[in-house]
Amino acid sequence: MLSIRTSYTAGDEQARAGNWLRYAAPQAFFPLAGRLIPWLLAAALLLSAIGLYIGLFAAPTDFQQGDAYRIIFVHVPAAWLSMLIYLAMAFWAAVGLVLNTRLSSMMASALAPTGALFTFLALWTGALWGKPTWGAWWVWDARLTSELILLFLYIGFMALQAAISDPRRADRAGAVLALVGVVNVPVIYFSVQWWNTLHQGSSVSLRSAPTMATLMLQGMLIMTLALWTYAIAATLQRLRAIVLESERHTEWVQRYITEEK
Amino acid sequence: MIWDSWSDLIAMGGYAKYVWGSFAVVAATLAGEQAALALRRRTALKAARAAGVRS
Repeated sequence: MLSIRTSYTAGDEQARAGNWLRYAAPQAFFPLAGRLIPWLLAAALLLSAIGLYIGLFAAPTDFQQGDAYRIIFVHVPAAWLSMLIYLAMAFWAAVGLVLNTRLSSMMASALAPTGALFTFLALWTGALWGKPTWGAWWVWDARLTSELILLFLYIGFMALQAAISDPRRADRAGAVLALVGVVNVPVIYFSVQWWNTLHQGSSVSLRSAPTMATLMLQGMLIMTLALWTYAIAATLQRLRAIVLESERHTEWVQRYITEEK
Repeated sequence: MIWDSWSDLIAMGGYAKYVWGSFAVVAATLAGEQAALALRRRTALKAARAAGVRS
């Protein structure tokens, strides 16, 4: 009885786990990502149209910062995503390091350039917001400095991976760097509380009600969703290119490119 | 619509270059990323075709 049961559950579990785990194989994930991308891009376009309408046409002018505050509709989403993408990158790099799954490491590599771009955008829009409100494009305050370090971490991750020709060694080295750099993310997030920064504190937090007008908040959240779906789409697009590059000699890629013609 | 005219929207209460400078660079950066991704895909497909011919 016992032995029959054991063998039954083992087979059953394998079949059930197989449904999901098969997407850990690049060959199975590739078409799934390909089907998701157009929907994600369409959702990103639709959400940004709504978000931009609220942000540029419907939300009222701020009584302190005038219309300069409208930069918030791209600045805050870009800054949130720069940190979120880093956490996702470090997570997938760690999964790849521990489980030795190639697709996880490829996911980390695919996230890095998009994360670096959002970090650049957070810094750029921040400079354009700082000039009219603080009178300076840049100050060496804790929030700005730690965000700049985030940009260097992304660039360091990409440079390190590019410098090592053996892909598995490149993935391992990148994962170690990504994991060490994770410590910087809470530093960015809490910098406005821990230190006396010129950068304003957050108007939105998980623990208390936001201290901003409803329309401003709605516009900001919708723009965050828009850039979030865009970031997922761009990551999957890059992941598919990475899979094609590394699996170009395999039979399934050869079959795929003949169907593509 | 909170603006009285289109020129009011463009003027952004005197902050036009900061606000539009932010939105335009975000749009240009993401469009540039899409162009780079399309190019990378084309290059990868070309490399895969070349690998198929050789084997």
